[in-house]
Amino acid sequence: MDWIDGGSVMQSIRGQNLLSLSELSKEAIVEVLDIAESFVEVNQRTIKKVPALKGKVVASLFFEESTRTRLSFETAAKRLSADVLSLAIASSSVKKGESLRDTIATVDALGIDAVILRHASSGAAEQVSRYVPHVRVINAGDGQHQHPTQGLLDAFTIRQTLAARRGLNSSETGAELFVGLKILIVGDIRHSRVARSDIAAYRSLGAEVMVAGPPTLLPQSVAQWGVTHAENFEEALRWADVVGLLRLQRERGTGSFVPTLNEYTATYGLTEERAALLKPEALVMHPGPMNRGIEIDSKVADGPQAIIERQVSNGVPVRMAVLYLSMAGLGGSK
Amino acid sequence: MKTVLLQGGRLITAAGVIEADLRVSNGIIAEIGKSLAPATGELVIDVSGQWVGPGFVDLHTHLREPGDEAAETISSGARAGIVGGFTALLGMPNTQPALDNVALVSFVLAEGKRTPITIAVAGAITQGRQGEQLAPMAEMAGLGVQIFTDDGSGVQSAGVMRRALSYAKPLGVRLAQHCEDATLAGAGVMNEGALAESLGLQGRSGISEEIMVQRDIDLVRSTGSRMHFLHLSTARSIDLVVAAKVEGLDITCEVTPHHLTLDESTCATYDPIFKVHPPLRSSHDVLALREALRRGLIDAVATDHAPHAPESKDRAFDEAPAGMLGLETAASLTFEALGQEKCDPELFFSVLSRGPARIAKLQKNNELHGLSAQGGELLVGEEANLTVFNPMATWTVDARALQSRASNTPFDGRVMTGRVSAVIAKGTLVLHEGKLQ
Repeated sequence: MDWIDGGSVMQSIRGQNLLSLSELSKEAIVEVLDIAESFVEVNQRTIKKVPALKGKVVASLFFEESTRTRLSFETAAKRLSADVLSLAIASSSVKKGESLRDTIATVDALGIDAVILRHASSGAAEQVSRYVPHVRVINAGDGQHQHPTQGLLDAFTIRQTLAARRGLNSSETGAELFVGLKILIVGDIRHSRVARSDIAAYRSLGAEVMVAGPPTLLPQSVAQWGVTHAENFEEALRWADVVGLLRLQRERGTGSFVPTLNEYTATYGLTEERAALLKPEALVMHPGPMNRGIEIDSKVADGPQAIIERQVSNGVPVRMAVLYLSMAGLGGSK
Repeated sequence: MKTVLLQGGRLITAAGVIEADLRVSNGIIAEIGKSLAPATGELVIDVSGQWVGPGFVDLHTHLREPGDEAAETISSGARAGIVGGFTALLGMPNTQPALDNVALVSFVLAEGKRTPITIAVAGAITQGRQGEQLAPMAEMAGLGVQIFTDDGSGVQSAGVMRRALSYAKPLGVRLAQHCEDATLAGAGVMNEGALAESLGLQGRSGISEEIMVQRDIDLVRSTGSRMHFLHLSTARSIDLVVAAKVEGLDITCEVTPHHLTLDESTCATYDPIFKVHPPLRSSHDVLALREALRRGLIDAVATDHAPHAPESKDRAFDEAPAGMLGLETAASLTFEALGQEKCDPELFFSVLSRGPARIAKLQKNNELHGLSAQGGELLVGEEANLTVFNPMATWTVDARALQSRASNTPFDGRVMTGRVSAVIAKGTLVLHEGKLQ
């Protein structure tokens, strides 16, 4: 995707906005993963707090409902000792027709250092970064575009799991565990911001990525994303070292892209029968929330190959790392 | 009325381009000739090297009144038109409420008469632009309405469109279509393709336009009626229309200045200023449109001037309304699309004045409806509707300095070559040295 998302490649997110993973170099991604490793330890302490962002104000603006991402981000900010301004959009002036620019200007007037933004519209984070150039903007998911911290925590979780299996110290492995790693992403690639961020991260780190799903849920230009398209789903499952499932986003009207949910499960669901085709050491991932029984069978989701819960718990250290790096170099609080 | 002498211009006449002076007196072109002597009290304007031709006619202006006066009024739209070199504008009917009856059309015509230029009106094809029940086209035609369209959207039902073409045929009027099949365009916000997929923005395909162009060509053939295609944006659409013309069907088409000069890559900024329907297309389409324009295959350049109040554009890309300003930048952009120093002045005035005037049937003075003749030849004795274009001028677009009430131009800050320096509308000098008089 980097060929199209614009020229400049960022070597580090230190002091920068985090809007999309397709603009990050391998080094920039590895830096986040390594810092996140150090924050894992913080989260195991009795007092889970470091003073890194003391006196800084982080606004958490979720224009779209979310449970885990919001909790995870706000927990991360608090563990770094930042003050968190949390705007409940559903009950705010946005409902009264206020424009995005005015809402952001209002929040900015309260004196903030960073914004964590979730929005149903693609590009919203980039727009906000133009409205308030002095504030660091962290994209917590914009429409069908990107969900950078999900991509980072997915990469983090893969590296952590593979390193542990081999008895390695994860942060000493850089990107080497990804070289040649075969990752299969299944489902609604077309409407998925998680898929776009995952693909960008995995490719930068050196993995081979394949996608599978019904043609109506795949981008027509998927070949230009540097991934291959699975002709045969069952063979692709045998091929994969990691299988990343995506949520069939019925709330986005994507239900009409497949005839019935049953048919989707019959053709692309990770059923127990299909899971039996996986290599014994293959990993199964899902960004949540899962539609159990549709894209993934409950037994598979709770089975030994699934690292889904670990993805959730890694959300906090990865988001701590992102906030820490992005907000680095900010002067004293206003 | 002040007497004006335009000295040393290149006059775009029926007999070709000639270097001569032109005098406007008592509202009419009084004299054309070499080295005319200035008369006492006359305003002499040196237009050496500049092009003097019939006033521009815009076939596609959203004047927004009634209903959205925060974005534009008939009066502010007329001022923007004058600065852009237009002596006539065709107001689109997708106002609130839609211009689908005699009372509303009369209101816009009456307001238009209070402006210095000619404001003509396009009526709606169907009541409320709902695409179902035909609007009273015969009654509106009685007010002088020559073009009917549901612009903003196309008439989706082939059956309704066929009925409308049949009904309109004996009225002598022309139906104009905004070609986008709603089931294919869906909720798309930019050109469908790899870029849209990478940006996570929903695509609006070229096929959604082309399939309706093809459908309507077939309907024109079967009804023997006539048709104008609004803002064509793809290479394939142009091919279809050219083939239909060759076949002898009475079909005309327009392209917009923005589709001639901007492509989809601008949308990568997620700035809704670049959101427009039909969307900005691939660079391949832009080149094809330019090539067709240069070869004289396009009847008119029309602005699709679509003002939106700032607050409505300060939204996320998919939530913002589609449309951009066009009147004040159209001439420079058309000049650019025609190759600037390679631009043929006769073709330039053909697509900006004569072509659109012919389509809207504005070429004859229509005293009954109070519309003055547009796009005619520069002949002594004719009412003066003239535009002077300086191909050597350069200027920088300043969105805040535009005459429109809105400022949604995608060209803010862009350095342009060629600018309208003077306009004479209905015999009166209304723009001089680029300034409203």
